[in-house]
Amino acid sequence: MTSTLTDPEAAATAPGPSSRPRRGSPLLTLLGVLVAAGAALPLTYLVIRVSEVGLGQALEIATSDRALDLLRDTTLLAVAVTAAAIAIAVPLAWLTTRTDLPLRRTIVVITALPLAIPTYVGGYAFVSALGPRGLLQERLEPLGVDRLPSIYGFRGAWLVLTLFTYPYVLLTVRSALRHLDPSIEEASRTLGRGRLRTFVRVVLPQLRPSIAAGGLLVALYTLSDFGAVSLLRFDSFTRVIFTRYRASLDLSSVAVYGLMLVALTVVVLAVEQRTRGTEQYHQLHGGTARATSVISLGRWRWVAFAACSALVLVALVLPMGVISFWLARGIEAGEPLRLTTELIGNSVQASLLGALFATVAAWPVAALSVRRPGRIATAVEGLSWSGYALPGVVVALSLVFFGARVATPLYQTMWMLTFAYVVLFLPQAIGALRSSMLQVTPSLEEASRLLGAGPFTTFRRVVLPLVRSGATAGALLVFLTCMKELPATLLLAPTGYRTLATQVYNASVEAFFARAAAPALALVVLSALPMAALIIRDNERS
Amino acid sequence: MNRLWKLLALLLAATLVLAACGDDDDTADDSPDVGSDDDGTATEDGAEEGGSLVVYSGRSEELVGPLLEMFEEETGITVEVRYGDTAEMAGLIQTEGDNSPADLYYGQDAGALGALSSGGRLVELPEELLEQVPAALRSDQGEWIGLSGRARVAAYNTEALSEDDLPDSVLDLTDPEWSGRIGWAPTNGSFQAFVTGLRVLEGEDGARDWLEGMVANEPQAYEGNSAVLDAVAAGEVEVGLVNHYYLYQYLVEDPEFPVANKLFGGGDPGSLVNVAGAGIVDTSDNQEQALELLEWLLSDTAQEYFAQETYEIPVVDGVEQAAEVPDLDSLTLPEIDLDRLEDLEGTLELLNEVGAL
Repeated sequence: MTSTLTDPEAAATAPGPSSRPRRGSPLLTLLGVLVAAGAALPLTYLVIRVSEVGLGQALEIATSDRALDLLRDTTLLAVAVTAAAIAIAVPLAWLTTRTDLPLRRTIVVITALPLAIPTYVGGYAFVSALGPRGLLQERLEPLGVDRLPSIYGFRGAWLVLTLFTYPYVLLTVRSALRHLDPSIEEASRTLGRGRLRTFVRVVLPQLRPSIAAGGLLVALYTLSDFGAVSLLRFDSFTRVIFTRYRASLDLSSVAVYGLMLVALTVVVLAVEQRTRGTEQYHQLHGGTARATSVISLGRWRWVAFAACSALVLVALVLPMGVISFWLARGIEAGEPLRLTTELIGNSVQASLLGALFATVAAWPVAALSVRRPGRIATAVEGLSWSGYALPGVVVALSLVFFGARVATPLYQTMWMLTFAYVVLFLPQAIGALRSSMLQVTPSLEEASRLLGAGPFTTFRRVVLPLVRSGATAGALLVFLTCMKELPATLLLAPTGYRTLATQVYNASVEAFFARAAAPALALVVLSALPMAALIIRDNERS
Repeated sequence: MNRLWKLLALLLAATLVLAACGDDDDTADDSPDVGSDDDGTATEDGAEEGGSLVVYSGRSEELVGPLLEMFEEETGITVEVRYGDTAEMAGLIQTEGDNSPADLYYGQDAGALGALSSGGRLVELPEELLEQVPAALRSDQGEWIGLSGRARVAAYNTEALSEDDLPDSVLDLTDPEWSGRIGWAPTNGSFQAFVTGLRVLEGEDGARDWLEGMVANEPQAYEGNSAVLDAVAAGEVEVGLVNHYYLYQYLVEDPEFPVANKLFGGGDPGSLVNVAGAGIVDTSDNQEQALELLEWLLSDTAQEYFAQETYEIPVVDGVEQAAEVPDLDSLTLPEIDLDRLEDLEGTLELLNEVGAL
């Protein structure tokens, strides 16, 4: 626990971008480099594997038609999903924070919940409901529809990934919107700008870092997701890596694809860095922003409400409905429910450990990038992201390799699994933490220090309250993602350690969908509850 | 301000406690040391009675979990199982190298067993064990043994077709009359093993011709056997190429499920029988217990379990079977050395070339 306290402390005392560096903060840099080194293990492993193939052959694979097709298709998917997620999430965040949308508090909570649904469950629900001869078509048959257009391929993968990842953007943008200083908007309005122009010219630019942070999570999640692309049959890098690895049991042949994915991640990160820009976003005064006046939507109120309801229907009611249908059918057939406190306890325990350690590890990385931008910070942040875009099985196997050879006492222990979760999901914590650190002006910390508070007190009384919501949101994201995680859990957890996700896998892989239903529901509900609680608490505070 | 961290710490503590006194007391899964350094001198309670065993299973816990528990009860040997995908569990053993904690590998595809065997990771099994099983269903090198069989079949929609509508050989499904009516799962391990078998039986050119003919018929591709069955039941396609046993599970959940299996028989490649089988890992310190488990899995108790619970084909004689399930004697097996199903990469390349993947 001491490290939790020391690294943010270092962050708090580090000079801000506005002031000249007073002295180096070797501790912060050291911690950041350590985190980056751990996160870069999968990358290192891929490089080892590729070097077995040889540079010449690796280049040949990378420039083959197949690889270039994959590169194009995967990029297209990531761009399309990210664009759609932003298009859904930004208006939704604005509607639920600034307007008189009916039931807006309820809508905030339930529109964030699709994040709790694993794509391997949601994707299956979509196929069975919207497939060419699925449940929807059955209903439409009396109307003369005997075949729906195929949802397989790009369209289906795009739809499913968008619906289950847009909350990443929603959560980051909402948090930013709520902390925006309303006086700037008020000034714009007073100066005669209309509401829309104020939003586009004043609010939107201030939301850029949070949109970028959320969009980044969506884009890279899309790169590494296996559930949606496999069920909806879209060939992305990740799907091809899985298929080929399973056929050859040899990572060398697909390591090149893995490195291409990492290269793609670097490009996405660079785009995000440019979007972030160099502006400073912190408020002019400390503390929480004043409440803004509620904007009346007038007759658009119900249009907006209908749009939100439609979204909830597709992204939440439909998949939950399909799982409940399996459950009902299973209970009717007398199937065992397969839900024990052991499963719940293990899932929550592993995910909490993952969330806690990812947040701790994210701190030096975020602090470096906010307070001491430069080449080291960029490198540290870049490496910390490398595990996130790689398919889970690649990350897991690389940790198996190091675990079984180097860190033998830790191999197949909870510590190893926690470490894998941190490597996989660290960026979710970094992103949220970074956006909220950006809004803290360094002068507040300096004032605190000038008034005689020590670094620890300054951290506890000044910095932590200001970044707490970001840290909590980040930890929550990691928690949710760990709950759904499958490949690393299967390969790295202590032998015999069962979680809700592994139980869903164990049952559904052999088509025991009824037996998968109860753990799947529990997984969604257990992830949804803390998220709902957090959002509700946030709402009450403001 | 500290409330959040207090809450988190409290939650963590609570779950640790919850997990520690969880309902299953056999695996001390909260201890960070479990399974890390098992060097044979096991100190677990089970050791006093009969030792312990680590199994890497590519077969689902839903299928073999109860069976392994029965073994534990009967012998007193503690069995710890890691469940996952057949290929990934084999890959795990390869990646772990000499420090692999696994004693026994249990997979549901002869190809993965063959790959481990040719990677030098399996030990030779004693002759008296091997000879209990027909030679066609075990490794020629004697390094792995089939424990239950699974036949390839054509599952058809009973509302659209009767059994007689289907051809006698899977090779005839390339006829243009089947255009747009077939579902398959080209990324699925069982399907790929079947194509590998086809390459062995019909030669590379024969397999390529068949695949090209199939692709010309524009089959619908699905992610796995169950997705194919769903599609057949929904009428999305009329025929699906799958393993025989998935259907029976669907029939338990929904007796009205409008699908039936057609066995091609007569040595047709369409009724290739693959096995779920196991081998003992070369770095295992518990080979004796692992052998005991293999022997037990060939016992009548275990073989009856396969016949009646997982609807698979028993590999030893004299075991009573569920009525609908084909038995080994009625099937004329295509003559094939299952070790040769190992060359999945060649199959993948072929599938890629003909545009099936």
